Amino acid sequence: MSEMKLSCEAKRQVEEICEKFHNDPGELISILHGCQNALGYLPESVQRIIAEHLGIPAQKVYGVVTFYSFFSMTPKGKVPISVCLGTACYVRGGDKVLEEFKRVLGIEVGETTPDGKFSLDCLRCVGACGLAPVATVGDKVYGRLNPSDIRRIITEYDD
Amino acid sequence: MINLTIDGRPVSVPKGTTVLDAAASIGINIPALCHIDLKGTCVHNAPASCRICVVEIEGRRNLAPSCATQCMEGMVVKTNSARVVRARKTVAELILSDHPNDCLTCPKCNDCELQKLVTRFNIREMPYKGEQSSRKKEQTVAITRNMDKCILCRRCESVCNNVQTVGVLGAVRRGFDTTIAPTFDRMFTETDCTYCGQCVAVCPTGALTERDNTDRLLEDLCNPDKVVVAQPAPAVRVALGEEFGMEPGTIVTGKLATALRYLGFDHVFDTDFGADLTIMEEGAEILKRLKAYLAGDKNVKLPIMTSCCPAWVNFYEHNFPDLLEYPSSAKSPAQMFGAIAKTYWAQKMGIPREKLVVVSIMPCLAKKYECERDEFKVEGNPDVDYSISTRELARLIKRSNIDFKSLPDTDFDTPMGESSGAAAIFGATGGVMEAALRTVYEVFTGRTLPRIEFNDVRGLEGIKEATIDIDGFPLKVCVAHTLGNARLLMDRLREGKLDYHVVEVMACPGGCVGGAGQPYHHGNVEILKARTRAIYREDEGKPIRKSHENPDIQKLYKDFLGEPLGERSEKLLHTHYFDKSIK
Repeated sequence: MSEMKLSCEAKRQVEEICEKFHNDPGELISILHGCQNALGYLPESVQRIIAEHLGIPAQKVYGVVTFYSFFSMTPKGKVPISVCLGTACYVRGGDKVLEEFKRVLGIEVGETTPDGKFSLDCLRCVGACGLAPVATVGDKVYGRLNPSDIRRIITEYDD
Repeated sequence: MINLTIDGRPVSVPKGTTVLDAAASIGINIPALCHIDLKGTCVHNAPASCRICVVEIEGRRNLAPSCATQCMEGMVVKTNSARVVRARKTVAELILSDHPNDCLTCPKCNDCELQKLVTRFNIREMPYKGEQSSRKKEQTVAITRNMDKCILCRRCESVCNNVQTVGVLGAVRRGFDTTIAPTFDRMFTETDCTYCGQCVAVCPTGALTERDNTDRLLEDLCNPDKVVVAQPAPAVRVALGEEFGMEPGTIVTGKLATALRYLGFDHVFDTDFGADLTIMEEGAEILKRLKAYLAGDKNVKLPIMTSCCPAWVNFYEHNFPDLLEYPSSAKSPAQMFGAIAKTYWAQKMGIPREKLVVVSIMPCLAKKYECERDEFKVEGNPDVDYSISTRELARLIKRSNIDFKSLPDTDFDTPMGESSGAAAIFGATGGVMEAALRTVYEVFTGRTLPRIEFNDVRGLEGIKEATIDIDGFPLKVCVAHTLGNARLLMDRLREGKLDYHVVEVMACPGGCVGGAGQPYHHGNVEILKARTRAIYREDEGKPIRKSHENPDIQKLYKDFLGEPLGERSEKLLHTHYFDKSIK
């Protein structure tokens, strides 16, 4: 995993988010949410800044980041894609939808396309089981998916 | 008091007592695995995660973990019903389903708490087969990590975070992928790990063990071109006997010296000699800073802190780089011994440095790291070549067909085998302070101590304080053991609120008697207490009980070193510290 040097601007953002939550260790998860929303991911350098501000070991921060699948240590694409593999989606072919996303984008789960545009993840249930199988692309939710829909969905995001 | 019934027997316990402890008080030993409680110290872990200690409580639907269930009035507990016994066995079998089960060659064989439970539960086959975890392995100079053997009991996480406040080990990821790992899944070498080894001391399985140097030592002992010298630490002689079935607290100093000779060491000296030397140098440094302070020097760094404990040194280099001028510059007793052995003694004996192998036998794992420090080497050749733990020595003795219990007593060789009672007590928390006080008092006042014991600095309390009257000057001292207690002091120092003149710190609970290289205590604090009592008995039995009265130490200064803090002493016996904080 390549560790990018954190810009001064990004460092300032992280510190602001920590201060917004009064550097309270009890707010670690909220702070991580804030930082991931602001930066798109939580690299080691960000976790170290958070640990320092909250006065807790970096190991604790890392433990929480790796526990929740929502948090990521690799940069997300401009358009993050999450394919649901919860029970309902899985039995209705979520795994085949995921395979098709992998094939079309040429990346594995957890990776980002070389142009930085798309990243692919899977998750367990977005609470839309009635629409199974479901994937979220950017802010949009796509339901009742068929593998044959995938290429069309990707082209929607052509510049 | 709370009254309850356990296995049909009535028992009364104070409020807040766990069912596990209540049962133990009437001789019912409920098996436990993740639980550890070194009573009277802060070493405690009861996450109730392993479920081995479950019991049946009348009126409750589910089995309860006895380590985390408090006694209630009128409770009726069964610890050995068929339901409990079955559940416990199943839990153990499930743990085994994701365990390498390579006990024959495991470094923890015969000391493994999981292995003991398997025998105790009469498990004769592995009924559950499934996917096996494949986790990181690492060999550092001090600690070996094989996390495939980890059962996620979290004991190491508890000591690393709550007791030592080092904060390196903890759980990462979730579910089947969960593992206990250093920060960012790095190697220990890239973290703030101090190599205190307390994670090793509490690990119930072979996941965390010491780096074994016994094969290397055997090679050297068999090599006719090498002169191999032994120096065992004070705490080793009150614990080694346990490895051979002797009572905790048995003093085996004489057998230890004999065993080392039988193993083939060419010269059997004593780290206690180095401890006396440490008191001469550190004592002189204490006096120097005190005199400057009394003369009105505003810049003098007080309190002066002891620097014998290598894990404590690592701790302040990593966490308090702004306070490196406070600890004494004196090297540890083992390193002082090495420096003198490879100069004064080697010259006297006509042994070239490269032929001489100095091996320390330590209750400690951080000592292994200390030997590797560049500042303790001369052109790449270390003052102490390497260190083995008390446990490693026991293994070597067994391997060499020596019947330890029947060995005759012998003395250490001269000149570096003579030591005082002050050196003997280095192995217990408060011991270095007491040894220093014995010398500092007499050198400062020029009078003999009215009473040689300083009881205020003895005992298992986490932070001890005392004020000693030295010719009308109230010398305020403080003694801390475990790095968590040390951190409390250092935080106060950073705020300018640490109002002492001398501070002693030892990283391990109880001091070196509770070191990570000692025979495993398995959570029984009575073992540490017995070793501590033995340490003080050893002191009482010595004809000389003050470091500055050791005649071989006096001779060393007269013939070779000159004065404490003199030019040669500074060069050989003092060190400096580095900012090792992770930026």
